[in-house]
Amino acid sequence: MEHRISAKELRVIAEGIRLVTLQTLEGFGAGHIGGSMSIVETLAVLYGSELRCDPANPAWEDRDRLVLSKGHAGPALYATLSLKGFFPKEMLSELNKGGGRLPSHCDRNKTPGVDMTTGSLGQGISVAIGMALGNRMNRSDSLTYLIMGDGECNEGQVWEGAMFAAHHKLDNLIAFVDYNKQQLDGFTKDVLDMGDIGAKFRSFGWFVQEVNGHDVAAILNAVTAAKANKGSPSMIILDTVKGYGTFAAGIEGNHHMSLTKEQMAECIKAASERLEEARAAFAAERAEQAAKNPAPKAPAPKPADNPALQPLEVTDDKAEEKEEPAPDDAPAEGSDA
Amino acid sequence: MAMFKVMDKLEKSPVMMRDAYCTALMDLASENDNIVALDADLVSSSGMKPFFNAYPERAINVGIAEANMVGIAAGLSAVGKIPFVHSFGCFATRKTCDQVMISAAYAKLNVKILGSDPGVTAAYNGGTHMPFEDIGVMRSIPQIKIIEMTDPTMVSDIVRQVAEDYGVHYLRMPRKNVTGIYEPGSTFEIGKGNILRDGDDVTVIAGGIMVAEALRAAARLKDEGISVRVVDMFTVKPVDTDLIARCAKETRAIVTAENHNIYGGLGSAVAEALAKTVPAPVEMVGINDSFGQVGTEDWLRKEYNLTEGEICDAVRRVLQRKKRKFLWFTIDN
Repeated sequence: MEHRISAKELRVIAEGIRLVTLQTLEGFGAGHIGGSMSIVETLAVLYGSELRCDPANPAWEDRDRLVLSKGHAGPALYATLSLKGFFPKEMLSELNKGGGRLPSHCDRNKTPGVDMTTGSLGQGISVAIGMALGNRMNRSDSLTYLIMGDGECNEGQVWEGAMFAAHHKLDNLIAFVDYNKQQLDGFTKDVLDMGDIGAKFRSFGWFVQEVNGHDVAAILNAVTAAKANKGSPSMIILDTVKGYGTFAAGIEGNHHMSLTKEQMAECIKAASERLEEARAAFAAERAEQAAKNPAPKAPAPKPADNPALQPLEVTDDKAEEKEEPAPDDAPAEGSDA
Repeated sequence: MAMFKVMDKLEKSPVMMRDAYCTALMDLASENDNIVALDADLVSSSGMKPFFNAYPERAINVGIAEANMVGIAAGLSAVGKIPFVHSFGCFATRKTCDQVMISAAYAKLNVKILGSDPGVTAAYNGGTHMPFEDIGVMRSIPQIKIIEMTDPTMVSDIVRQVAEDYGVHYLRMPRKNVTGIYEPGSTFEIGKGNILRDGDDVTVIAGGIMVAEALRAAARLKDEGISVRVVDMFTVKPVDTDLIARCAKETRAIVTAENHNIYGGLGSAVAEALAKTVPAPVEMVGINDSFGQVGTEDWLRKEYNLTEGEICDAVRRVLQRKKRKFLWFTIDN
């Protein structure tokens, strides 16, 4: 499948989000590391490529919206929004601070770029449905994305919403379940076995895809297919590992953890290495393309009217210069809607 | 500014509450594309069929899923819609408390909730369907506005105001006929109580179906030489603290009358306001912490003492307390 962004670039974005999320959690010393790490790749695909938004105008009416129903994964979203340019990186130090703009669970009234207040599990699906329905009434082509947890699917409201979205053929709703197989008290199969979540949504009438939730190319393909799907809401089940990419991966009790200085240092070192690896792979891909195609290419199509095409800028002292123009120069023009 | 006139005679209003509500919403919808109506499989009961027929694209029957309905309404309002949701008062509040709290109120979205058939007006639907607690459930949610609509004239005016007032509103009303209190064309101010009848000895602060009872009680007590002021406190939250304090100063005795548990409803709201301003003896007419049961509305009114006679008794009790117990509360005015 042809995409406007390469998987290697998305991996750079994902590892950048992972690193910045960990740095954010390091600042506070504790947090929802498990569920934040498992959705990093999905956030990279959405904010790196697929979700239409404008960091200069977070309230842009024609934007796509994300309801992060598993609101406890806020730190990963905050890192993403900061990298995308919704707010400066320094603001990440406000995580969980009294009076700060980054509460442990997402709040649309506090954080630029957060589209919905979440944290009471099960509620996000209904709100996302309302947004999708309202966009359809408004004849708007804006999409609504929804990320739920697998444990969250214990909530009855999720299935009220599942029925409703299928009945109303909400094909402008693209949902994910972060199937990381763990919830606060343990493994989902032990606490309340959800069985085959994909089959459940399928039987409710959703277009369901199941992908490796840490494979950005797979997620990107699934979102592309979901956008093309008509007549039913889309569900992408993300097969993930809670705490992915850190020492916390898959271990018990990783929902919310207090982190020692040593653990954090180890996490951040590992994440920095992963980011470097991803950057090297991306640079190699660029070099290979340049070798194949030495003629001076017209600048990569970067329509100014679509801020979603702006790649996230992973700022890091060690960052290599990216060949793309800085993300600051385009969004404004697309934002006057 | 409220511009209301009280009817000369207390009679059943010819218009059902639900018809006034549907008409008001249809009028609004004809002017504003953003008005949306949602119901949870009670369209036939709520009287909203004409709206659903006239505006099928803006009318959503979510099925029997009240929590989902409130969440959907929150999402609709996030993209500019003005959703009005309905269920019976018990389900519109108890089943949706967390959704109203988080998805609507805490998220600062714009959701209007109608809970119908409050208290004994649920009649034959019985105890499971008889909301004596809905105001209490909603009242602890920050910044929400709660209005108990008294008659069809008020419904017409309040629905329009609520549509224009961004935020979460909980509206409460019986579906069918009630006693008409206000002349057609009357207008109301949310957050301000209406003095329907002046008096010096005691103030009866009433809401909903108890307003008519309070007026009847006042007329009867006049023959005994007791001068009763009657206030329609249709906004339970934010309650009109200034007016309550003024009534306490001027009449020095208060009776509340509500079709709701005395805990958490109008009586509580009035007592809280008095405690913070001008303490005065209060007698509360309402449900004494009981569950509902099945019966005709008239039988239930008697069973739960929601009557003119009970208000008269409460007035006599409060006047005794005013004489005896509160002498040491020298009111400084």
